Amino acid sequence: MPKEVRKEASAEAMITATGLTKKYGDFVAVDGVNFTVTRGESFGLLGPNGAGKSTTMKMIAATSQRTGGNLVILGKDPNRQGPEIRAHLGVVPQQDNLDRELKVWENLMVYGRYFGLSRKFLKGKIEELLEFAQLGEKRNSKTEELSGGMKRRLTIARGLVNEPEILLLDEPTTGLDPQARHILWDRLFRLKEQGVTLVITTHYMDEAEQLCDRLMVMDKGKIMAEGSPAELIKKYSSREVLEVRFGSENNASVAGRLKGIGERLEVLPDRILIYEESGEKCLEQIIKLGLEPVTSLVRRSSLEDVFLRLTGRTLVE
Amino acid sequence: MSLDVRAETQMTWVGAKKLVDPQVSIRYGAFFVAENRLRNMAKWWLSIIAFGLGNPSLYLLSIGIGVGSLVDSSLGANAIDHVSYLTFLAPALLASAGIQGALDEVTWPTMEGFVWDRTFFSMNSTAITGKQIVSGILMAAMTRCLLQVFLYELCLLAFGAISWQSIPILLLVSATAGFGFSAVMLAFSASIKDDDGVFALVGRFIITPMFMFSGTFYPIDSMPIYLRWIGWISPQWHATNLGRALSYGSPVEPWLQAIHWGLMLVLAVIGITWANRMFESRLAK
Amino acid sequence: MSLINAAVDSAIAIAEKRKGKLGAGVYSGRPNVVLERGFYALKSSTWMVVASGFVEPVFYLLAFGYGIGQFISGTTDGNGSPITYAQFIAPALLATSAMNGAIYDSTWNVFFKMHFGKVYNGMLSTSMGTLDVALGEISWALLRGLAYAIGFMAVVTGMGLIPSIWGLLAIPAAVLVAFGFASVGMGVTSYLKNHQQMQWIQFVMLPMFLFSGTFYPLSIYPEFIQWFIQAMPLWQGISLIRGLTLGILDWAMLGHALYFVAMIIGGLFFTTRRLTALFLR
Repeated sequence: MPKEVRKEASAEAMITATGLTKKYGDFVAVDGVNFTVTRGESFGLLGPNGAGKSTTMKMIAATSQRTGGNLVILGKDPNRQGPEIRAHLGVVPQQDNLDRELKVWENLMVYGRYFGLSRKFLKGKIEELLEFAQLGEKRNSKTEELSGGMKRRLTIARGLVNEPEILLLDEPTTGLDPQARHILWDRLFRLKEQGVTLVITTHYMDEAEQLCDRLMVMDKGKIMAEGSPAELIKKYSSREVLEVRFGSENNASVAGRLKGIGERLEVLPDRILIYEESGEKCLEQIIKLGLEPVTSLVRRSSLEDVFLRLTGRTLVE
Repeated sequence: MSLDVRAETQMTWVGAKKLVDPQVSIRYGAFFVAENRLRNMAKWWLSIIAFGLGNPSLYLLSIGIGVGSLVDSSLGANAIDHVSYLTFLAPALLASAGIQGALDEVTWPTMEGFVWDRTFFSMNSTAITGKQIVSGILMAAMTRCLLQVFLYELCLLAFGAISWQSIPILLLVSATAGFGFSAVMLAFSASIKDDDGVFALVGRFIITPMFMFSGTFYPIDSMPIYLRWIGWISPQWHATNLGRALSYGSPVEPWLQAIHWGLMLVLAVIGITWANRMFESRLAK
Repeated sequence: MSLINAAVDSAIAIAEKRKGKLGAGVYSGRPNVVLERGFYALKSSTWMVVASGFVEPVFYLLAFGYGIGQFISGTTDGNGSPITYAQFIAPALLATSAMNGAIYDSTWNVFFKMHFGKVYNGMLSTSMGTLDVALGEISWALLRGLAYAIGFMAVVTGMGLIPSIWGLLAIPAAVLVAFGFASVGMGVTSYLKNHQQMQWIQFVMLPMFLFSGTFYPLSIYPEFIQWFIQAMPLWQGISLIRGLTLGILDWAMLGHALYFVAMIIGGLFFTTRRLTALFLR
C-alpha cells in the first residue's frame, strides 16, 4: 500500500535539504543531513529524544534558522522568505499551542486571519474544519474544556485552515488514548489521500508504519537509515523475533550457550532476543540444548526492532 | 545523562512501613508545608529584601517628606494629630506593609497550588492534609509579613518617623492585620477556579481603596461620612488607628482599641475556618 | 471537502505581494489581525477587569486631590495663578495611568502570552512576521490606553479639574505616552523569565510615579536630582499633559512629544529584533 502511493506521486520536490545543519553554540542539533520530500508523500522522522527531529521540523516550518547547509522549501529559502513559505504550510506543534483566551471556532477564525484569509471564506472553511475534526458541538467551548484528543484534532484542523501544501505534524498522537489515536490516523490518512504532503515525527512505530510512505531514522543529529517501513525491516531486522526469559539471574549465563542460534542475538537483563527468519525453529533448537525458558514468545519483527537496533537501547536524556 | 537498560542498578529498600512514621506527618505536616514555601521564597530573598526596604523608602521620601512638606507649609508644623506628618503616616504604612507582605504569600501560591502547578494535590497525595497546607501557608506568609514589617520599621526609624520603643508593638499590630486579612484572602483564593482577572479586580476594588480610604493619609474624620464605612470594615484602618494610639499616644478610647484588636482576630478566625473547608473540599474533588 | 482549493490563493497573493520588499522577512502587513484576536479574546474575558481599568487613578485623585488636598493650600500653575491641588495632580495621574496601562498590557499580558499561552508561537507559524506581532500587540495596548484616558478625562472634566480647552489634546497625548512605554515594555518583557523578575518592572515604575512631579513640583529637590528626574519618561509625559490640561503651552512640550517619538521608534526596533531572536532563531 505505501509503495503504490509513492509511485503515483510525481517527483516534484517540496522540501530539499542538503547538508542541513543547526548549531546552538557548540552543540550540533542537526548535523549535515540530506533528504528530499516530494509532493503527496508522507514522510516520517523517527529517532529518540534529542535526535534532532524537532529542530529539523522547526527549520522546515521556517521558524528556526539553519546555521549551515542548504534548505529549499516550496522553491524558497526559509532563512530569507519566512512569511512567504509559512503562508503555505500547516503546522501541528508537539505541544498544542491553541489560544486559550479564544473559543474553539475563534481559534480557527483568528488563525485563518493570520494568513490574511477573508472572513467570508473562513466562515465556510470553519464549518468544514469543525466537521472534519468532529468538533461541531464544541464550537463555542473554551479550549481548556476540551479533552486531549479534541485539542489535538483542533490543532490539526487549525493547521489546515490555509489548505496547506505541506502539513507538519510533530508527534501528533503522543499522550492520546487508543480511540483518539485511531480517529486521528483516519483523519490524517484522508488528508494524504487528498494529496497533502505530510511530514510527521513520532515515537510510535505502529504510527510510522500506518502513516508513512518513507521514513528517516535520526540519531544524534545524523541520519541513520532511510526507506519505506518494509524496506527498513527487511534491511535491519529479521522476519521474526524470538523472546525468551530464563529469569534475570540466569539470562547472562545461558546466553553463552545459545551462540550460533539465529541470525543475531541480543541479551538484555530480563530477556534474550533472537532474530531469525523463523522463531519457532530457534525455540526448538534451544529446547534441544536442554534449556527450558520460563517464557517464550515468537513475534513478527517490527519497526521498533529496527529503531532499537539503529539507535541503541541507551536512553539519552 | 544516559540510561542503559543493561546497566546494573542497586536500590536499598527498607519499606515504607519501617521507614515512615505516620505520626510525624500528622504532628508536623504543617511545618513541612511552611518549609517548602519558605525555601521557595528564599530563592527570591534579594527581591523580597529589595522590595521590603525599597518600597517604604520611596513612599516615605515621596509622600511622607514631599507631601508632608506641602501640608506643613500650608497648615504649619504638627497640624494633624499634633505630630509631624511623617509620624502620623508611619503606623498606616506599616499596617499596609503587613497586609501586603502576607497577601503576596497567600494569593499566588494558592493559585499555583490549585491551578497552575497543582502542587497542593501532590502534597495531599503524601500524608499531608488540607488543613496542614492552610496552616503551613499561613505560617510562611506570616514569616514574610513579619520580616517585611520589620524592614519597614528600620526604614522608618532611620527617617525618624517612629521611636525604637514602639517597634515591638507596631510589629504586633501590623502583623495581626496581615494575619486577619490574609487568612480571609487565602480562603478566597482557594475558591477561584481560574484567575481570569479576579485578582486584578480584588486589587482595584478592595486593596487599593482600603489603602487609600482607611485614614492612611489623613484622619478618617476628614472624609465625608458616606465614605467612612470603608475604613470601619477594613483591617487597614483598625491597625492604623491602633498603631497611632500605641506608638505616639494618639487619643483612642480603650473600648475602641479593644474593638480594633477584636475585629482583626475575628477576621483571622473566619478566614482560617473558611480556608480549611475550601482546601479540604477542593482537594477531595 | 476540498483541501486543495483555489480560495487559498488570497493567502499566497498577500505573501507574494510583499516579496522582495524591505522587511519582507519580518513584516507581512497584517498587524491589524492581532487586534482582531484581541477583540475576540475580550468578548469572552471578564469585562469588569478591562472596563474598570481607569478607576485606580480616580481613587488616587479622590484620596490625594480631595483627601490630602484639604490640608494643602497655595498651589500655583506655571504662570503663578492659583489652582487647586486636585487640578495639579489630575494630569499627572492621567499620564501615570497611561504608563501603567501600557506597561501592564505590554508586560504582564505579553509575558503570559509568551510563556503560558504560546500565542506568539502560533502567530509566527503562519505568514505573520515579528513586526506584525509587535505592532499589533502594542496597538492593542494603545487602544486600551485610549479607552482609559477617555474614561479618566470624562471623570475629571466632570469634576471641573480641566480648566483649559487644550485639555482635549491630553487624550492623544496620553496615547503617545502609552505608545512609548508599550514599545519599550514589550521588548524588556522578552528578557524576563519569571514572575519575580516581572516585579522588578514595578520597581522601576513606582519611583517614577512617586518622584516625577506627580504630587508636588520638582523644585523641592536639589538641582542634580531634578536633572535626573527630567530625563525620565514619566516626567516628560506629565509635563506634556499638565501643560495641556492647565492650558500653559510652551515650546518645551514639543520636546516632550519628540522624546516619546524617539522612544516609540527605538522600542519597536528593539522589540522586533527580540521577537525574531526568540521565536525565529
